[in-house]
Amino acid sequence: MRYDNPAFRIMGDRGLLVELGDEIHPEINQSVQVLYVSMDLRQIQGVVELIPSYRSLLIVYNPLGIGLEELQKTVLDVFRDTDRSQLPKPKTIKIPVVYGGVYGPDLQFVADFHHIATTDVIAHHLEPTYRVYMIGFTPGYPYLGELPDEIVTPRRETPRTIVPKGSVGIAQRQTGIYSVESPGGWQIIGWTPVELFDPKSRSPSLLTMGDRVRFYQISEEEAAQWQS
Amino acid sequence: MAVVKILEVLSPGILTSVQDMGRYGYGRYGVAPSGALDFFSLRIGNLLVGNAEDDAGLETTLMGLRIKALTDIVIAVTGGNLQPQRGKQFLKMWRSHVLMRDDILAFKGSLNGFRSYISVSGGIYSSPLMGSRSTNLPSRFGGIEGRGLKQGDVLFSELLPEHLRNAERQFNPEWIPNYRNSWTLRVVWGPQDDHFTSETRDMFLASAFKMSPDSDRSGIRLQGPVIPCKPDVGESIISEGVISGAIQIPGDGQPIIILGETVTGGYRKIAAVISADIPLLGQIRPGDDVRFRVVSLKEAHDAFRNMEEKIRGFKENLTY
Repeated sequence: MRYDNPAFRIMGDRGLLVELGDEIHPEINQSVQVLYVSMDLRQIQGVVELIPSYRSLLIVYNPLGIGLEELQKTVLDVFRDTDRSQLPKPKTIKIPVVYGGVYGPDLQFVADFHHIATTDVIAHHLEPTYRVYMIGFTPGYPYLGELPDEIVTPRRETPRTIVPKGSVGIAQRQTGIYSVESPGGWQIIGWTPVELFDPKSRSPSLLTMGDRVRFYQISEEEAAQWQS
Repeated sequence: MAVVKILEVLSPGILTSVQDMGRYGYGRYGVAPSGALDFFSLRIGNLLVGNAEDDAGLETTLMGLRIKALTDIVIAVTGGNLQPQRGKQFLKMWRSHVLMRDDILAFKGSLNGFRSYISVSGGIYSSPLMGSRSTNLPSRFGGIEGRGLKQGDVLFSELLPEHLRNAERQFNPEWIPNYRNSWTLRVVWGPQDDHFTSETRDMFLASAFKMSPDSDRSGIRLQGPVIPCKPDVGESIISEGVISGAIQIPGDGQPIIILGETVTGGYRKIAAVISADIPLLGQIRPGDDVRFRVVSLKEAHDAFRNMEEKIRGFKENLTY
């Protein structure tokens, strides 16, 4: 359910969590995006960091720069003043993926779990235009939704201590891409040679919240020769 | 101003990394702040050696770091007392000293606290990424090649011509934090305190926890009585942004205090440590006792203002 008004929660003495709904839903996520983009444009004195996620926006503030009450009032003003038409048209990014084999060690598990062929898992994964619900976990890591029902799969029972950078994983209704090498518990079905995170850039993440993603399949040879 | 070699790492100890005040404004891209866990100590160290408060220094953990000066420099060691020695002589902390070329600075082990900060007049030089020199260890960027220091590393600084004049300054002794092995951290409730019964919240405040050895710069894991959430709330929450100091309660009911290497998470948070006590989180040692005391948001903000005024007062009394 999308809330009519923002619900505030306090995170410590310098965090204000603004919730706009109680579930993972594209419309709620879009409201978060509208609030996030509008707050960002205002360049509010004392606001240190804006972290948008599925259904909430975390505002990190310096309490010596802005009081909590004033910040809450500003959020309510911004929420009422803005509408979705102010959002830029989402950009769609196409991402190449090599599926299966050493690149996707859990592809067979996912196929067996649903009693379908690995080629069907791939076809289903390629189907949707995904929404970037949020960037989090590690730098540049996109949480993409939603997976077709046919391949909704739980996380691995035992997470891996190392998942290679570029691994494409699925967990429940989400799919994502490991932007840096990290531990992880998602079912890994493929790998992309595309760089999702560049720490040398001031806009270090290939994807941002609200973008759309389409996957397309490439061969092992194409991946090896990939130059972004 | 010239970039010159100032230090060579003879032994990195348990973990030593380049840190400044952290990398803010990039949480939207999944980039955690990193930075000195005990930022109070690094700020004071920087002021002692004539730097800007937010210059980069070294954060070293528990014991074992040995570094050699490659030229005459001015340094200060602040934070936990890991018994720094210049040659055979113990070095007084919270004041600036000259380290002559070929002098060796070594850290014998913790007398109190967990992390020392070494500030060098001119700062530790590295290319800033997203506006910060802090090392993001989990994602391997920033600082020196995104990693902890290793033997043979050579560190650089932008020495100012007059840098040796910054020696022999000291921090007000009465303002030096007192690190013990039993801590009471001030917290404010939330954001998901309503996911716990009032009896559970009382128990949380009445309990003593121990810091577990599998803690790291991402989080302090605590061991103690199980803190259960209400039966009608699910095992996890929808992932949301987090800040350092937030106290997560995962499924096993053992609290984790989030530190600066985490930006989002899907565990409920019963409370969060207030800003004025966050520097202390860098000084708790594995095995130490940790308790929590709840304060109002106003008390938290007043405590933060006091800390900032203390630092500003010290800065204004320094003569350059």
